[in-house]
Amino acid sequence: MATPVSVHAHAAPQGFIRKYIFSLDHKVIGIQYFFLALTAVFVGMFLSLLMRIHMIWPTAVLPIVGEIKPEQYLSLLTMHGTIMVFFVLTTAPQGGFGNYVLPIQIGAPDMAFPVLNMLSFWTTFVGFIVIIAAFFVTGGAPLHGWTGYPPLSAVQSAGPGEGLGADLWITSIAIFCIASLMGALNFITTTLDLRAKGMSLMRMPLTVWSWFITAILGLLAFGVLLSAGILLLLDRNMGTSFYVPLINVNGVMMGHKGGSPLLWQHLFWFFGHPEVYIAILPGMGVTSQVLSTFSRKPIFGYKAMVYAMLAIGFFGFMVWGHHMFMSGMSPYSAFAFSILTMCIGVPSAIKTFNWLGTMWKGHIRFDTPMLYAIGFVSLFVSGGLSGPFLAQPVLDIQLHDTYFVVGHFHLIMGVAAIFGIFAATYYWFPKMFGRMMNETWGRIHFFITLAGTYAIFMPMHYLGMAGQTRRYSQFTEVAYQTKLIPLQTFMTYAAIITIAAQFIFVINLFWSMFKGPKASDNPWEATTLEWTTTTPPPHDNFGGVTPVVHHGPYEYGVPGAPRDYVMQNDPATYAAH
Amino acid sequence: MADATLEHAAVGHGAPGAYEAPLFGAYSKKVGMWLFLASDSLTFGALLFAFSYNRIYTDWPTPFHVASITNATIMTACLLSSSLTMVLGVFAAQRGDRAWTRNWLLATMAFGTAFIVLHGMEWTKLIGEGLALPGFPRPAGAATGELAEVSKNTPQFAATFFGLTAMHMLHVTIGVIYLGVVALRKLFLPILGAIWLAGFLLIPSDNVFHYGIHVLLIGLVLATVILFLKPKDYDAHDVEVSGLYWHFVDLVWMFIFPLVYLMSTRIS
Repeated sequence: MATPVSVHAHAAPQGFIRKYIFSLDHKVIGIQYFFLALTAVFVGMFLSLLMRIHMIWPTAVLPIVGEIKPEQYLSLLTMHGTIMVFFVLTTAPQGGFGNYVLPIQIGAPDMAFPVLNMLSFWTTFVGFIVIIAAFFVTGGAPLHGWTGYPPLSAVQSAGPGEGLGADLWITSIAIFCIASLMGALNFITTTLDLRAKGMSLMRMPLTVWSWFITAILGLLAFGVLLSAGILLLLDRNMGTSFYVPLINVNGVMMGHKGGSPLLWQHLFWFFGHPEVYIAILPGMGVTSQVLSTFSRKPIFGYKAMVYAMLAIGFFGFMVWGHHMFMSGMSPYSAFAFSILTMCIGVPSAIKTFNWLGTMWKGHIRFDTPMLYAIGFVSLFVSGGLSGPFLAQPVLDIQLHDTYFVVGHFHLIMGVAAIFGIFAATYYWFPKMFGRMMNETWGRIHFFITLAGTYAIFMPMHYLGMAGQTRRYSQFTEVAYQTKLIPLQTFMTYAAIITIAAQFIFVINLFWSMFKGPKASDNPWEATTLEWTTTTPPPHDNFGGVTPVVHHGPYEYGVPGAPRDYVMQNDPATYAAH
Repeated sequence: MADATLEHAAVGHGAPGAYEAPLFGAYSKKVGMWLFLASDSLTFGALLFAFSYNRIYTDWPTPFHVASITNATIMTACLLSSSLTMVLGVFAAQRGDRAWTRNWLLATMAFGTAFIVLHGMEWTKLIGEGLALPGFPRPAGAATGELAEVSKNTPQFAATFFGLTAMHMLHVTIGVIYLGVVALRKLFLPILGAIWLAGFLLIPSDNVFHYGIHVLLIGLVLATVILFLKPKDYDAHDVEVSGLYWHFVDLVWMFIFPLVYLMSTRIS
């Protein structure tokens, strides 16, 4: 039976609404995702600023928000985590840059399902509105942290934000799950079916591999979170007891009986651990791409990089138990989860080694994207090294509820992924908006941000080992913790400076969008297909033709070639490879 | 979008031969459906995990009797037969026989509808006998029989039963609407609207399906939007893709039937 590739022909839209709002063009949708994430990251960052201020000056009366109460601190913590993980770390690298770049890099005119792509963006947008609405309802935002552990999250009367606010929180996450499923399905199908002639799997840029693997993780993980969320909604509103045992809240017996909070932990972390890789894998892809381009060298160990990412994705589904060492898990299970978790260190180390090998003896160009890629490697190592500590059940029980864990996941999953996003922004900005970003301000932004993030998150490791507990809104009441307040104060000042530095980025972004110098088609002298088309690309990416690919993605410094790079669609063959 | 002039002005991409051969030799829609099913099987997998988890840690009751099992067996037979008619529909579509494609799809929908109606009657009967969630609308004068005791002593029983079967019933309902759109196109919209209205008016207001029937209204709105935005003709590929979905829904029932019904039956 003939099996034609899906034919989807749509014309370049004319009206403003079809062109910029309900657009089917993956490039417009990618930019929409990017700005959604940019909005979300500023909301999330503002919340973290309020938290840091409250920890040091608990009684300060702030403009607009007033005095923050301890329970409001928990709301800030919940919303900061949720908005950052879902609407920034999942949305920007995959929805934003993946959407914009993946079809162009494989030589496709658009995603396989453009309508689904549009729907997935607008569904994400609705999810964002719903979660922001949680701030403005009676009782305010929920208190249960981004992990939403029951029984706190499953009983309406458990706290001030656990009424309508928590319902909105769960609804938003369920909406986000559906949006991510639509997106993931689209990414995988596009990568499988719409690669240009010659773009074999092992010629795909590592960015495409990373978005592809991320999409597989998203496809499998978000379905489970959706189920878990539905059951949580039933528990809260239908009186079922999936997650709630016999429980008494403020002296009142609840009607629940027989459930287990551990069921939620299993379901949540079966999603939650792959989610960590959903956030970081695209950053790895971008870093590989940028390091190779700006070192003017082929990526060191291309195949090893691909297999390492596949291994990370595979192991990602088998280690969720390491988030539950505190739950009284059998030591035998804990042992298995511990060994599997440490296995992830192997592909991660392979990747780090290969990044360093790529830069080794390269003709490195220190443009802003390169600085951020190097920063990514640095943060990946710093954050990653505390991983094997936390993979040990005995150490984890000591460290789990302390700042050590906060420092660990912020470095590796939070800031490293954000550095990946920054590298991608500075790298693809010329292609997306047709102008160059300002280099000087880019570098200033980089150095303040790198120093600032280390100043904020490195001390957390020491705080954790000294016994400072996480999720406490203030430390003035516990004698041994008061001694650590000076270090917390230092971190708060570092946070204020780092957050202020982000305005350099935003101003640079918007100023360059309108006033920056015009970008050429290939300003970085890179090899992949997005640099073969015009800047910005036409509606169907390649002006009616489908490119033909003759080379691998990272052919720099090929002997015999006229320039130090060979574009992927260059039909000539050069002797030495 | 399918306006003739737009179609003409459209950039001519997607020409066969311009791309690498698809990895599994499958066209995009089929790959997309398989991926959706992979994700959906994990959604169901999580629900079945929740069921098993509760079952293992609880002294699980076995209140179902011959009547429930007989009914569920007939429902299973309906679904299995619908898979057969679906396969015949796909074959008819592949040999280009439009009339029989539609007939077999309609037969599949009839079996699916029979399944939903039988399931709905069974739910109503069980709720009448006292099987309920604490926050569920309860009919006046609900019995205080064994199922009421079960609901009181083991709330997980009703919760997992209703959770799993409702999720599956939702999937069957979506499947019937999906097949209706493929088989009858815009002709299906008034039929669906009529069924929704009849159901809403005829089902008494203390019955959960009085509210549950609104799923059809949501389906009607979505189907209308889809049919008016993309008024293209459906080919054999579309029928095959809808068949994939339908067989998956059947397959899920083959897990739910033994786990939820057979293993909760007392053999005396």
